[in-house]
Amino acid sequence: MSGRVKLLYFAWLRARIGQVEEEVPLPAQVRDVAGLLDWLRGRNPRYAEAFRDLSVIRVAVNQDYVGPEHPVRAGDEIAIFPPVTGG
Amino acid sequence: MIRVQREDFDTGKELERLSAGDHTIGGVASFVGLVRDMGGSHGVSALTLEHYPGMTEKKLAEIEAEANRRWPLAASLIIHRYGRLEPGDRIVLVATASPHREAALAACHFLIDWLKTDAPFWKSEATPEGERWVEARAEDDKATHRWRG
Repeated sequence: MSGRVKLLYFAWLRARIGQVEEEVPLPAQVRDVAGLLDWLRGRNPRYAEAFRDLSVIRVAVNQDYVGPEHPVRAGDEIAIFPPVTGG
Repeated sequence: MIRVQREDFDTGKELERLSAGDHTIGGVASFVGLVRDMGGSHGVSALTLEHYPGMTEKKLAEIEAEANRRWPLAASLIIHRYGRLEPGDRIVLVATASPHREAALAACHFLIDWLKTDAPFWKSEATPEGERWVEARAEDDKATHRWRG
């Protein structure tokens, strides 16, 4: 069973990945945010470099901040970005 | 009320509007954030603020609702700009109105602290060497942490 998820990238992550958003098929073994980041790192060297240091990566699923154990499901909007610097 | 916009705002008019017609309001507190010229040798000529449309509005509305749960506010307003801004430009306005000053001042402080760590905005600086993303400050996390628990 494989559905798709929408990935959004912001700030320097967007610049390093080289795109604003993409839709990807969710591999069956990916069950949570940590698994998704692991899988993304294995896609190619560009992703491996962008997601090398997870201490500077934040994730939101369906527009709420989540931790690495948060489940990911087909149809989710998953945004990946550095710590915020507004205000 | 929440507004996320590219355009500038008129602080005086916004504050007047916030309390207009409600004579139970005894005070309006506000914070205006400006683009700061960091000085130094790197010469920042402008900032660009990027945000996550949809999540930005959602987070700001949640933060505002939380302030209204904690303090008896008669009105509140958050305006946050995005796009290209220059030193001296206004970035953000937080304003709170209440019958008494304690609630208005505390809620305003809470809102700007919380907004800095929860609203999905990112600043990049234009420097002679090119674009540089601003790094998050640990002090901001600490400031927000004070209000938790």
